[in-house]
Amino acid sequence: MKILVCVKQVPDTNEVRIDPVKGTLIREGVPSILNPDDANALEAALRIKDKDPGTTVAVISMGPPQASYMLRECLAMGADEAYLLSDREFGGADTCATSTTLAAGIRKVGDVDLVFAGRQAIDGDTAQVGPQLAQRLGLPVVTYVQDIRLEDGKAVVQRQMEDGYEVVEVKTPCLLTAVKELNEPRYMTVFRIVDTANQEIVVWNHEDVGLDPQECGLSASPTQVFRSFTPEPKGKGEMLSGTVTEMAAALVGRFREKHLI
Amino acid sequence: MKFTEQHELIRKLARDFAEKELTNDVLDTMEETHVFPQEIRRKMAKAGFFGIKIPRELGGAGADNLSYVIVMEEIAKKSASASIYVSNPNSLSGGPLLLSGTEAQIGKYLKPIITGEKIMAFCMTEPGAGSDAGSMATTAVEDGDSYVLNGRKSFITMAPIADIAVIYAKTAPEKKSRGISAFIVELDSPGVSRGKPEEKMGLVGFPIGDIILENVRVPKENLLGELNRGFSNAMKTLEVGRMGVAAQSVGVAQAALDESIKYAKERKQFGKRIADFQAISFTLADMAAKVEAARGLVYETARLKDEGKSITKAASIAKYFASEMCNEVCAKALQIHGGYGYIKDYKIERFYRDCRVFTIYEGTSQVQQMIIAGQLLK
Repeated sequence: MKILVCVKQVPDTNEVRIDPVKGTLIREGVPSILNPDDANALEAALRIKDKDPGTTVAVISMGPPQASYMLRECLAMGADEAYLLSDREFGGADTCATSTTLAAGIRKVGDVDLVFAGRQAIDGDTAQVGPQLAQRLGLPVVTYVQDIRLEDGKAVVQRQMEDGYEVVEVKTPCLLTAVKELNEPRYMTVFRIVDTANQEIVVWNHEDVGLDPQECGLSASPTQVFRSFTPEPKGKGEMLSGTVTEMAAALVGRFREKHLI
Repeated sequence: MKFTEQHELIRKLARDFAEKELTNDVLDTMEETHVFPQEIRRKMAKAGFFGIKIPRELGGAGADNLSYVIVMEEIAKKSASASIYVSNPNSLSGGPLLLSGTEAQIGKYLKPIITGEKIMAFCMTEPGAGSDAGSMATTAVEDGDSYVLNGRKSFITMAPIADIAVIYAKTAPEKKSRGISAFIVELDSPGVSRGKPEEKMGLVGFPIGDIILENVRVPKENLLGELNRGFSNAMKTLEVGRMGVAAQSVGVAQAALDESIKYAKERKQFGKRIADFQAISFTLADMAAKVEAARGLVYETARLKDEGKSITKAASIAKYFASEMCNEVCAKALQIHGGYGYIKDYKIERFYRDCRVFTIYEGTSQVQQMIIAGQLLK
């Protein structure tokens, strides 16, 4: 079985600040990390491999050359292969162009039984690339997956909803997007860091994956960012403490003060 | 110093691990219960922290000494006690086996300590033999196919919870330090007993205590290394140990500095941040310079070791400077925190207690001065 996990290197948004004048992210000095939901997706793939050692887990990313550091992290967590789609032509891609490029990369990897992606990346929060990718690859997709059981030729998954979950049976190959409730991602290990130190990370440009420059990057991105801004802060929240009864009483008091009740 | 991607990933692993596992809640509970969570120890083993620089063919991760000190530094930033669980298998307990163990001894005793199944103790110090380790009174007498051990070892790291111990004992008392041999002793052997865990000033969560040996029969195949060559095995082990304590000192000092910077920016007195007073800002500058200098010594020692060079002098210099520096930095950090620094709610109080022993264990500062001077004047 071959599982492919789509991963993205993102700025650690816990450390990101917004330039109050320009309204853009200050990326300088901000560490780059493996997108958290993608780590859950990788963990799901690795758990399948733990049960069935014949499984190969590959990771694929589109990004600048320095994204190879994150791919090494994935290898050190347990992935077997790593592919980086890196080319100036891929720059400025929106989700539409990104999914075109990733789909081309996945086709080139070939023979994939299961594709995983994180629900969304913490830098853009679009949650679009996974479903778009499924569309381009002609695969069924289930988003917000919080539990997975693989059976012969199908996957039975729990799809997270706001107030519960749906159980969805989906034929494999398929694409699943992971939420953080799916699992707790494992650490790298010193063993794997040493073992994979010299492992090759396969780097492909647009020609390698058979894409025309017009199909990728900025020129294939219909999304236009009109303006980005920081919303006005809403005012400070207040945490109540104590027993449930005490907190409920305090809450009623606050509501009364504000004439809400 | 230039780091490879491998070292950066190992630092990231150790930092992520420390931040996620060694939370304030976990550390506060540890201060109260004096118990290190076994779950965290198990996770440390799984991450490969117990055999960082032990060769792959012996069951370790096969990384280098630089990787080891990086992990020590990052774990010690959160908890010095936790870092001892890392250093113990890598240096004091794994070290003697790695230096002198036979294939059978390594298979039987080193591998389980790397996987975390077993805990091993390094037993050198005695009530009457601290810095003067050569004056130890524990004896081992040959008797048929065994040695019979008698004596008392004190202040032994992990003694209350260890499964196995490397015990140094006199096999030729008239030869002083040249008459000491090392033995691997299973601590469930008849005649072994343990003292109560000592109540320490700091480093709560890793237990120390006595191991008492009364006519303990140790099979001859558990003699570690050559007869009467145990002292050199111990000294070489301690060199690596000193590098680890130096790394630990850098970690704790860095954490104390980080806390002080944060506090100095938040705390307001006389209408401004205390960081805006030169007395405070210059103190921070002084602390940072010293932490950085010590870090350089630690990395340089690790690099020398990785190049297969002698680290006798370098390890003692690093340990001497870094441990003294850490005490100075933690004292200054406490001063910057004022009254709050003296209160247990702030981390500085723990750092200050934890670091006090750094200038004492694995060779006091005075022993390090003896070693450094001996190297300079030889």
